[in-house]
Amino acid sequence: MLQLIAFSALNGVLYGMLLFMLASGLTLVFSMMGVLNFAHVSFYMLGAYFGFEIERRVGFWLGFFVAPLAVGAIGAAVERFGLRRLHRLGHVSELLFTFGLAFVIEEIVQMIWGKLPVDYRVPPSLDFVAFRLFDTTYPAYRMFMLMTAVAMFAALFVALKRTRVGLVIQAALTHADMVAMLGHDVPRIFTLVFGAGAALAGLAGAIAGPALVTQPSMAALLGPILFVVIVVGGLGSLAGAFVASLVIGLIQTFAVAMNGSLAELFGPVAPPFMGDLWQVTIAELAPIIPYLLLVIVLIVRPTGLMGTRES
Amino acid sequence: MNVRMLGVALGVSFFVVPAFAGDTVKIGYIDPLSGGGASIGEIGLKTFQYLADELNAAGGLNGKKIEIVPLDNKTNPQESLVQAQKAADDGVRIITQGNGSSVAAALTDWVSKYNDRNPGKEILYLNYAAVDPVLTNAKCSFWHFRWDANSDIKMSALTTFMKGQPDIKKVYLINQDYSFGQSVRTTARAMLKEKRPDIEIVGDEVHPLLKVTDFSPYIAKIKASGADSVITGNWGQDIALLLKAAADAGLQANWYTYYANGAGGPTAIKQTGLSHRVFAIAEGVPNSATEAAQKWEAEFRAKEGVTLFYPRAVNEMRMLKMAADEAKSTDAIPIAQKLEGMKIEAFDGGDAFMRKDDHQFFQPMYIMSFGVMDPGAKFDEEGTGWGWKLIGAVKANDTILPTTCKMERP
Repeated sequence: MLQLIAFSALNGVLYGMLLFMLASGLTLVFSMMGVLNFAHVSFYMLGAYFGFEIERRVGFWLGFFVAPLAVGAIGAAVERFGLRRLHRLGHVSELLFTFGLAFVIEEIVQMIWGKLPVDYRVPPSLDFVAFRLFDTTYPAYRMFMLMTAVAMFAALFVALKRTRVGLVIQAALTHADMVAMLGHDVPRIFTLVFGAGAALAGLAGAIAGPALVTQPSMAALLGPILFVVIVVGGLGSLAGAFVASLVIGLIQTFAVAMNGSLAELFGPVAPPFMGDLWQVTIAELAPIIPYLLLVIVLIVRPTGLMGTRES
Repeated sequence: MNVRMLGVALGVSFFVVPAFAGDTVKIGYIDPLSGGGASIGEIGLKTFQYLADELNAAGGLNGKKIEIVPLDNKTNPQESLVQAQKAADDGVRIITQGNGSSVAAALTDWVSKYNDRNPGKEILYLNYAAVDPVLTNAKCSFWHFRWDANSDIKMSALTTFMKGQPDIKKVYLINQDYSFGQSVRTTARAMLKEKRPDIEIVGDEVHPLLKVTDFSPYIAKIKASGADSVITGNWGQDIALLLKAAADAGLQANWYTYYANGAGGPTAIKQTGLSHRVFAIAEGVPNSATEAAQKWEAEFRAKEGVTLFYPRAVNEMRMLKMAADEAKSTDAIPIAQKLEGMKIEAFDGGDAFMRKDDHQFFQPMYIMSFGVMDPGAKFDEEGTGWGWKLIGAVKANDTILPTTCKMERP
């Protein structure tokens, strides 16, 4: 039992941190633009494919550094030449643009790398057992993913809270006009934030690619859960996204580990109507629990856990 | 002038199209070519295209060339019906599909309805891998033929084998959450109870079909349950990723699977280091097949670069040709009538037949394990240096199970 709890916690935190690497960028971009960027998970996928392409030609480590930068550059270009032009047309245009972009990126990825999963491998230098606990091994690569995610979180926190650039960004998110009056180039800050968000997603993709599966549907698989994270956390709230990522990561992993069903809870007095519904175990419900949480949060607290705005 | 040119062009095209269609038989291949099922859908497509080339070289179907039309259904029943309708509009009269019994159930309904509404344009549905027993029982149809042993036949053979393994004490069931996975778990429970009542079932899990990319939470649970054996009907990436997560966590268990031999499976087993502790059931084991089958397999691997994962597809296409040639027709009804009850020697040797009552094919089944190769074994898998080894065989006649099918014939 202890073993199950320990490993579920590790797996849950890892999944949560991976979600946070994506959610952080998405939520910052939301604060800035006021619309959800549907193409954000596509940047995650691009990160994985770029990482794979570089890994196959040169090696994993170069990909680890270059893939996020390349994705960040693409993100910045998308903001500069796409979204900025659309900004004056209102939110709907921006939303549709990112929506379309997600499909375009998926199609392009399929054209270049095909529809099958690609063989993106864990680097040999990290392909060993990190530790053994209660007879279960934990791969070093997963520890590396966890460390990277934690390091990224620390770096992001320091950059936003402790540096001058961070202060300007924070101010620009809420009081763009005033920051512009003070002589800062607000559009450039937006491009920077968008690019940085994309780069973080790219980094998440580059490290998640070998552990999960690098395939054209990877964006579509992660996309819905990511929206749950930022809505539950509170749109635009970085701290909220962090908490929500971990909560959802842990809930989903622990739910898989649980066997209870309503029938067991009620025992022999379980009413016969509803039939099979009583027999469904929590583990089987695991995939939909985050969405259930989304609905509940929207009803009880529409601003999300730590959000300040409603829409 | 322009108008006349157009007229000529139209006339020519009207003349050309039917003539062209008359020389080919299109077979619609409706299977996943994108998404989680794509890795095996692509292999199936390669297999059918290779088989079509081979049959075309031998004269085609009743003298007509076979053309395989790939249709991507994304392992989705609704999408499959859209693709099937598209194929029908395009003149396809034979469809083949395998991955996903949920898809197969939708297709077989659709084909029956389509054939009722379009007399003279009937469509034949050849199923090479969807194994939910219901397709040849309650939902059986004259238009549907199945070449893979159904799930109950496979589980019956697997559990008979497990009966002779006294080491098995605690079994964990993990399956995909849809019709086939549910069928595997209920049959496994029932058959184990009958054959090995002493075995304790310590877990019975279902997970979303082809959506899980990290099985670590499930493996942690299997580990915690103390299971010494796992039974799974998982296929496609669901078996490869399940085994990969088991390798990462160092899970030491025996695996009784339907499809561990699928794409990515052997690579993941090699990573687990479990030599000859992962078992799979199939209608052919390349390393102990007949000489003819080994030669065929070697040529297939050399050309396509993949393992022959579907010997049943070879049986399917060979029987289709026999039926068409005997019936001297490529229409659905005459072919179906010839296929009913047809006997052949299976690709991997042994007598096999298509049962008339329910259109289920019965063939010898083999249990094999994956690991270090015996001296003289010819085929390794996915460049791992490990190969499949024959463990046990069941004759076609010993795999026969009763059917509840009440076939309606046209």
